[in-house]
Amino acid sequence: MTLQEIITLLNAEVLGTKADTDCQVPCAFASDLISDILMCTKEPTLLLTGLTNNQVVRLSDMIDVVAIVFVRGKRPLQDVIEMAEERGLPIISTRMTLYRSSGILFNAGLRSCKI
Amino acid sequence: MQACVAVKYSMADYWNIAPGMENALKECFSRDAEADVTLEFSIPEKDFNNAGKGSSEVKNLLKRLGVDSEVLRRIAVASYEAEINVAAHSHGGEMTSLIYDDMIHIKFIDEGPGIADIAQAMVPGYSTADDLVREFGFGAGLGLPNIQKNSDALHISSAAGESTLLEFLVFFAQ
Ligand SMILES: Nc1ncnc2c1ncn2[C@@H]1O[C@H](COP(=O)(O)OP(=O)(O)OP(=O)(O)O)[C@@H](O)[C@H]1O
Ligand SMILES: [Mg+2]
Repeated sequence: MTLQEIITLLNAEVLGTKADTDCQVPCAFASDLISDILMCTKEPTLLLTGLTNNQVVRLSDMIDVVAIVFVRGKRPLQDVIEMAEERGLPIISTRMTLYRSSGILFNAGLRSCKI
Repeated sequence: MQACVAVKYSMADYWNIAPGMENALKECFSRDAEADVTLEFSIPEKDFNNAGKGSSEVKNLLKRLGVDSEVLRRIAVASYEAEINVAAHSHGGEMTSLIYDDMIHIKFIDEGPGIADIAQAMVPGYSTADDLVREFGFGAGLGLPNIQKNSDALHISSAAGESTLLEFLVFFAQ
């Protein structure tokens, strides 16, 4: 599935510029706990989260995050958006809840990342 | 009574050596080579705007040196968890990365308040993280287990009221 398809399915808004929405997304993981995300992400993964602080972008320095979906209409502050831009990391925001977004993507065939 | 007091205030040590790494580790203790590269970062207390930068710089350097990407991920995750722990749970500290041709040794030394019961701190899910720390998404109680899982050797030395030393080794060849 491409990120563009995900944006359409979640009726999401792309934050920041320079995002490559044609990129392929092989799998996803959803969590609001940093250590949980670090423990479970071993391959290129789409991250769905309600966290919007700078550490959620910092995570992408450590592990292979393909893109971040901020759920429930949450938006990070401008400096966090800029951090993502510097890394070429696409970030998008959806009004849907974590549960609903995950369910929609799962039903559309996006698999869970291997843990 | 006096013995009890002595036990209470002596530093406790915790070791974990990944299965199969015992010999590599013995060999590593017996050599006295200087590190090829040493990197130092200070980690101020509760500075979550900058916490994690040290680990990402170490990862970038190792990437340029051609370290395998899966090994890089393990080093970065273990280092980041330890760096965040110093920022989140201590009064601040230092991170020193010693890079050799076949492995990395990263040491974190902080200014206390120390870990009273290291075995308990290692239990997945155990956390004393305060509200500010939790707001950032920390406090799952999975950081130390994550460091253990991703390192070839882990050593923690601490006690209540003392500084904490946490150091780990990761070999570049899998
Ligand atoms: N450097 C440190 N100084 C003092 N206490 C520490 C230190 N590192 C860890 N601890 C203690 O050990 C506990 C467990 O640490 P661990 O990293 O496993 O979980 P956490 O930091 O609470 O949550 P998480 O890492 O999942 O965000 C901490 O809550 C804290 O009580
Ligand atoms: Mg931790």
